[in-house]
Amino acid sequence: MTGTAFAPSHAAGELRILQLLSSGGWSLYGLAALILFVLFPLLHLVVPVDSPFHLSDYWITLFGKIMCYAIVALAMDLIWGYTGILSLGHGLFFALGGYSMGMYLMRSIGRDGVYQSDLPDFMVFLDWKKYPWYWSFTDHFWYAAALVILVPGLLAFVFGFFAFRSRIKGVYFSIITQALTYAAMLLFFRNDTGFGGNNGFTDFKRVLGFPITAPTTRMALFTVTAATLLGFLLLARWIVTSKLGRVLTAIRDAESRVMFSGYNPLYFKLFIWTLSAVICGIAGALYVPQVGIINPSEMSPANSIEIAIWTAVGGRGTLVGPVFGAVVVNLGKSWFTKALPEYWLFALGLLFILVTLFLPRGLAGLWLSRKRSP
Amino acid sequence: MAFTKALTVSESAPREQWDDPVASGARVLTSGVDTTHRGILYIEGVSVSFDGFKALNNLSLLVDAGELRCVIGPNGAGKTTMMDVITGKTRPDAGSAFFGQTIDLTRLSEPEIADAGIGRKFQKPTVFERHSVFENLELAMKTDKRVMPTLRARLDGMARDRIMRTLETIKLAGEATRPAGMLSHGQKQWLEIGMLLMQEPQLLLLDEPVAGMSDEEALRSAELFVSLAGKYTLIVVEHDMDFVARIAQKVTVLHEGSVLAEGSMDEIQGNEQVIEVFLGR
Repeated sequence: MTGTAFAPSHAAGELRILQLLSSGGWSLYGLAALILFVLFPLLHLVVPVDSPFHLSDYWITLFGKIMCYAIVALAMDLIWGYTGILSLGHGLFFALGGYSMGMYLMRSIGRDGVYQSDLPDFMVFLDWKKYPWYWSFTDHFWYAAALVILVPGLLAFVFGFFAFRSRIKGVYFSIITQALTYAAMLLFFRNDTGFGGNNGFTDFKRVLGFPITAPTTRMALFTVTAATLLGFLLLARWIVTSKLGRVLTAIRDAESRVMFSGYNPLYFKLFIWTLSAVICGIAGALYVPQVGIINPSEMSPANSIEIAIWTAVGGRGTLVGPVFGAVVVNLGKSWFTKALPEYWLFALGLLFILVTLFLPRGLAGLWLSRKRSP
Repeated sequence: MAFTKALTVSESAPREQWDDPVASGARVLTSGVDTTHRGILYIEGVSVSFDGFKALNNLSLLVDAGELRCVIGPNGAGKTTMMDVITGKTRPDAGSAFFGQTIDLTRLSEPEIADAGIGRKFQKPTVFERHSVFENLELAMKTDKRVMPTLRARLDGMARDRIMRTLETIKLAGEATRPAGMLSHGQKQWLEIGMLLMQEPQLLLLDEPVAGMSDEEALRSAELFVSLAGKYTLIVVEHDMDFVARIAQKVTVLHEGSVLAEGSMDEIQGNEQVIEVFLGR
């Protein structure tokens, strides 16, 4: 991986400090910002609908959704690519962020639901008379936004503390995270849990008072998602180029040596694990208003495995790689599920095998080796 | 903790004074460890047995600050167990082990002992293979190693100079930017010693540091260890007698868990008992 790409380089006998991004990196970063913040809104809002250059709602929603996935892949890269801890439960943190935001969106429906009640339709259907206690204050956006961060963050912190303190590693950790998300899925499937059972939350009407399906609202959500993605990309880059980032890769490569050097791996793992979960939660919160639904299937083990596949396809330990991995795989998925729906899982499996065999460093590895041997 | 008092006393001493025991004469002041009576390691009557097998049998050993001590002995003589007792990995059944006048090694945990100033190098070198040589030393450097300080850590000029000086010491200045995984076996051993030095230990325990090295590398290791003696206290456990003869000031021979002989290399080589133990098998 790229632990060595961050090595200080000898330039005229002097060691150069690592940069956040190279000048080329900043240009690409600026280009991405230009495309996301200028080109997409222009093509969607300004270019007339009958023009061949017009981007329809479908594409805006699709790209908005894919950017949420890209944020998740970025979070996965921090914990798996850099720290060597494969989580197969990241879908859970994503879903928890989504449900937290979903509670606010459900309350924002007001009396516009089918039953025209103060309560969400599913609660009326269950003959509940009032909101359960844990729905308190969720009609306030900022409270829901705090939940988006606190719920996945606290769960990850507590789970991580005990798992890492017990020195659970490798495949055991992966299996336990997988079981965790599966258990949560079963819990959320129950109607009594109070989160809409297997239907989850849907039929949202508005967000922050704006109609949720209006083109400008869509575009605003798209822009916020893009800004979040680009922001987290810089944050992640800042972390992995810091000394803490070097400790994380050292934990990945030789944990016992890290301990002998005087670091306690527990707190370093806990830090990056919790941060990764919070990033996932935020991605989930951005996902729900754009896609218009959240249900327990987001917590299915298969979803979490898919996250790992995006990361592997893009190239672990490169940050940009997993972002592109998420984009490429999901574009492929949306094409496949329309053209050849029954073959998508085979294609995904094949892709994973091919990447593992021939591109151990993913798409990013392909790019890096091209750059090195011109 | 038992050594708190010693810590406050010695902290007021200027750094140079404890950095160079030769210049400061008999009174060697070190941070944390009290070596006012010259000795830095006191092992007295230590016994360790595993399932009836006496790995250490009433072992007593005194090492002075700044010394380069070689410990030799046939297989099973208790060399590694002795290291384990010093570093807190193994608790003795009887006897005492003190680091300086005040630090009771039999009561401290492994990280506490490492923090008190005892660095140990294991036989098999383990370095961070994907990190550069420079980064390996940077990570090992003595500093606040909690999460947030590590995230904000910036390499200042002084730290950079320290790393560069250590690179010179371990003869890897030309390899600073290479990934540690690309180094030769011998270079990895030196890098690991460099990583120990960056943690500013008082006492270095080196377990077979030249095993698997070429003659050339062993020769340079000998130079390295001799240059480190005085500034640090070194205990070298080694099988290679040529190597021991090259560096030794004082040699301790272990046999069946206790000290068989102690003295200069010449005295040891002339000792009837030692000859019997080494040649008789």
